[in-house]
Amino acid sequence: MNAWLRQHGRAIASAAAKISAQRTTNAVSALVIGIALALPAGGYALLSNLTGLAQRTSLEPQLSLYMLPETKSSESEALGKRLRADPRLAAVRFVPRDEALAAMRGTEALAEVFAALERNPLPDAFVLRALDSAPGALDVLAGEYRVLPGVAQVQIDSDWARRLEAVLRIARTGIFMLGALLGIALVAVTFNTIRLQVLTQRQEIEVTKLLGATDGFIRRPFFYLGAAQGLAGGVAALGIVWLSIESLNQGVRALAATYGSAFQLTHLAGADGVAVAALAAFLGWLGAFLSVSIHLREI
Amino acid sequence: MIGFSKVSKRYPGGFEALKDVSFSIAAGELTFVTGHSGAGKSTLFKLIAAIERATSGTVLVNGQNVGALRPAAIPFLRRNLGLVFQDQKLLYDRSVFDNVMLPLAFSDFSGREAARRARAALDKVGLLARERAHPMQLSGGEQQRLAIARAVVNRPAVLIADEPTANLDAGSAERIIALFLSFNQVGVTVLIATHDEQLIARHAARTLRLAAGGLEHDSAEGGE
Ligand SMILES: Nc1ncnc2c1ncn2[C@@H]1O[C@H](COP(=O)(O)OP(=O)(O)OP(=O)(O)O)[C@@H](O)[C@H]1O
Ligand SMILES: [Mg+2]
Repeated sequence: MNAWLRQHGRAIASAAAKISAQRTTNAVSALVIGIALALPAGGYALLSNLTGLAQRTSLEPQLSLYMLPETKSSESEALGKRLRADPRLAAVRFVPRDEALAAMRGTEALAEVFAALERNPLPDAFVLRALDSAPGALDVLAGEYRVLPGVAQVQIDSDWARRLEAVLRIARTGIFMLGALLGIALVAVTFNTIRLQVLTQRQEIEVTKLLGATDGFIRRPFFYLGAAQGLAGGVAALGIVWLSIESLNQGVRALAATYGSAFQLTHLAGADGVAVAALAAFLGWLGAFLSVSIHLREI
Repeated sequence: MIGFSKVSKRYPGGFEALKDVSFSIAAGELTFVTGHSGAGKSTLFKLIAAIERATSGTVLVNGQNVGALRPAAIPFLRRNLGLVFQDQKLLYDRSVFDNVMLPLAFSDFSGREAARRARAALDKVGLLARERAHPMQLSGGEQQRLAIARAVVNRPAVLIADEPTANLDAGSAERIIALFLSFNQVGVTVLIATHDEQLIARHAARTLRLAAGGLEHDSAEGGE
């Protein structure tokens, strides 16, 4: 056990010596790996955010009902009574056209547009919350309300979220494919850097072999080297993703505020971060393993 | 300890460097291997250390058939041999001390014990004061002594030196041979390849004489 620990301790020390002997090369490889991994890791982070948003929204059984522009307010009130009597609805909120206009004028981005208008172009509207959130139930309600007198349009608010969810499912597959490709690239990068290391240390390897070093002794430091490089790349990728989300969030927060939302992008979860780093370390080890297995045979 | 039986070695390309060589060396013996350049001395050593494999015949070291060893067993054979290579194979990018530490890196000694042994070996060859120097900063004789220190640091039972006195003046060569004699006196089996006939003449030791790959003369068997 003690001897085993000592062997690994020496391998780690030897790997550290190899790293510091070629600091720049190793730093550049780690950065290249980091940038390559940041793409799928960042994509995954954005996707998680959007998926969360879409799922939350698509679960809201909300309908928007817009009246024809020329509808009188008495007609709207009559419809309101009728809707409030509908047992399938949990809540009915009436948004008079004047209130809607005032809200628009209060929005920074739209204030100027609406200030320039002479007439209020907005119709009366109702925001409805159904008891049953199943898409089928919402479709039935929308179909019924659409033919009521004075109704211009009924919109299921969560429809866009459902469509977004479907798009995100496709995007997720794309991200995983990208991740797989860049994972292979990571293996290739370590394969190559380790090959260069093996070649520059050819003489040392030859001599240690002649003096009785086992293959394991010679290979171990390279494995640690590959894993360390992958790990460094993984950590660099996490740093890049973190910085990107931070800087995106400045814009996102401002945009969400105009919708009265406190939405912002969340960072990769701790477990996801650990998984990215561990996977990168494993792929680095794999690249080193393949490289050493092939190139040591030539010595 | 070391036995060759009808050993031939043909290199890829067809050159036959050893032809039907048989001899046996007992534990604790001191033996010179001599012969003209290209006679096959280095080849003979390479077969003992499993650096090359015999084309036919058997090479026994310590009762093990070297030609039949699994690749994974070869490092452990080499750890029992102290090898001084004709081209020394020192690592010029590290210090004298680190060169001697090399074979200890894969031993089970603790760092402190390994360093102690390395210094003892350097002391034995008179290079302790130069442990921080780099091999390039050493004279030819000092480099030879460094190679010997590295070979003996693991205290091997067999010491094999390929031309350890090449390019040295007679005095330095004699000091190096004296070093090998001192190892031999404490029971180490020593094989030295040299074409320095005068050096051989000064020492009453067994001599194997190779010529064009054949064992021309073995002084242990007498006659010509
Ligand atoms: N790897 C090899 N491939 C082909 N031929 C080789 C190889 N190594 C040695 N030889 C040939 O085998 C013969 C014996 O070589 P070896 O190195 O054993 O000679 P030697 O007795 O050690 O010579 P020297 O005194 O010059 O060191 C030489 O003719 C050499 O050309
Ligand atoms: Mg030779």
